[in-house]
Amino acid sequence: MKRHAVLWSLIVLAVVMLAPFVIVALNALKTPAQYASDGPLALPSDITFQGVIDFWDRVGFGQKLLNSFIISGSVAVLAVVVSVLNAYALGIGRIRGRSWILIAFLVANTLPQEAMVYPLYFLAKETGLYDTQLSVIIIFTIIQAAFGTYLLSSTYAGFPHELLEAARIDGANKWQTLVRIVVPISRPTLGVLFVFSFIWTWNEFFLPLVLLISNDTQTVPVALGVLQGQRLMDATMTSASALLGVIPAIAFFLIFQRTLTRGITAGAVK
Amino acid sequence: MIAKTLRDRGSYLLFLIPGALLLVAVILVPFAMNIGISFTRWQGVGDPKWTGLDNYTRLLGDGTFWSSFQHNLALVVAMAILPTAIGLVIAAALFDVIGKRFGQRAASVLRACVYLPQVLPIAVAGIVWSWILAPQGALNEFLGVVGLGSLGQNWLGDPEVALWSVMGVLLWIQIGYPVVIFMAGLQRADPSLYEAAELDGASWWGRFWHVTVPQIRPEVFVVLLTCTIAALKVFGPIYVLTRGGPGGATNVPSYFSFQNFFEKTQVGYGAAIATVLTVLILILTTVFLKVQNRGERA
Repeated sequence: MKRHAVLWSLIVLAVVMLAPFVIVALNALKTPAQYASDGPLALPSDITFQGVIDFWDRVGFGQKLLNSFIISGSVAVLAVVVSVLNAYALGIGRIRGRSWILIAFLVANTLPQEAMVYPLYFLAKETGLYDTQLSVIIIFTIIQAAFGTYLLSSTYAGFPHELLEAARIDGANKWQTLVRIVVPISRPTLGVLFVFSFIWTWNEFFLPLVLLISNDTQTVPVALGVLQGQRLMDATMTSASALLGVIPAIAFFLIFQRTLTRGITAGAVK
Repeated sequence: MIAKTLRDRGSYLLFLIPGALLLVAVILVPFAMNIGISFTRWQGVGDPKWTGLDNYTRLLGDGTFWSSFQHNLALVVAMAILPTAIGLVIAAALFDVIGKRFGQRAASVLRACVYLPQVLPIAVAGIVWSWILAPQGALNEFLGVVGLGSLGQNWLGDPEVALWSVMGVLLWIQIGYPVVIFMAGLQRADPSLYEAAELDGASWWGRFWHVTVPQIRPEVFVVLLTCTIAALKVFGPIYVLTRGGPGGATNVPSYFSFQNFFEKTQVGYGAAIATVLTVLILILTTVFLKVQNRGERA
């Protein structure tokens, strides 16, 4: 009896958590006329993708998706590479002052972006990188790599010594040891890191909002956020825009779910 | 031998070069510049004018600054304290009751539902909710349908209510994170302790408080720290939901500094706000890590 009470209250909770997604989907598929007459809670009488298509064309959503993929994909690859290099030096190389260097990366990961945004904006303008995807890629590579360095260094500190020794005896230099031994063995952790860097970069808002101002460079969240701020859209178009923002996130969630839950655990306990 | 070790370390140092260069160029130098700017009066063009501590003394007397930090405290409650407390109960219920009596599958499906908002870009979550909370939006409509129309509000437009609405949205976004982490922590909890507690006739609540919570203490610390820092940095939801309004009722330091940087072009003042926020976050991180270390040693 009591068990069922727990089950039901958790089901109610799940429904509350999902309700906003359902409502958004309902209204994105309605005609504006039906929205006006029946309100936001009614089921769509005839399903139309017109609102979604209109919104897609109006903001050039395909371009935004492409921009987001280019930026997040590049950052994920580069951040993994930089993290591996850092962690190799810190965790396996055990170079002098490593704990201070590690603290520097940890602090870099903790600093609020507000405390760097204006100089970054200023420097980007000075170097001609303002409003280019390259500027955002460079910045988020190191922000995500700061986390990756922290995560990987502790993994690499426990790397089996015999393997490294064996590689050395076989005449492998440090670079070969890294590429042929360390990277293949740590591939699962690198996968987690890749997924995290990708999704976090995809979801970033503040710095891309400041640095990317033109249609050709903006990411999905920035484009949606800016439009929302202008309050020019009607209700069905707003929900169409929200639906288009939600779909990639849910797709990533389903694709990466296993890696994600594993990864969150890896990051949580040092 | 010593020479060889040194050479060894030297060559490992080479691997650190790309990361170190990026760290200095993208994070440390801009951060130092920001501190420098905070001691000046600067419009973003022309030469900054050195004004010493003027920006900081001005902050102390600025009501908007103080209220933005008060709002930040409310967001810490909504994003760190409540999610941790509620997350503990949900995780324990999912792990202890659902997982054991109704199967792992049921537990993971429910967990996925609770976690879903976490994967949304925060700006998109803001759009979803600003539309639901609009005066003619879905929430007021729903209240009308179930006969509670009198509870309807201008959720984001009323200065008395707006901060509460923002807190509710952030709680919705945040709650999945502690649940997932706590459930993972419970996997490594020692089952024999539960059996012992059960034999001793401990109630569910007693077991929860004396067995479950102490076992996942490290996770609780990590969640509290990361969520508190996230709460202090909140920008996206404020930008999309309220723009700090109505009448500054939901302004937070992050948004306040953004306004000074890019809307009022009082760059020096914005830099001072950002610096204070940074110092606060660094102090908090240090204190948390100290307490955590002490807890582990005890």
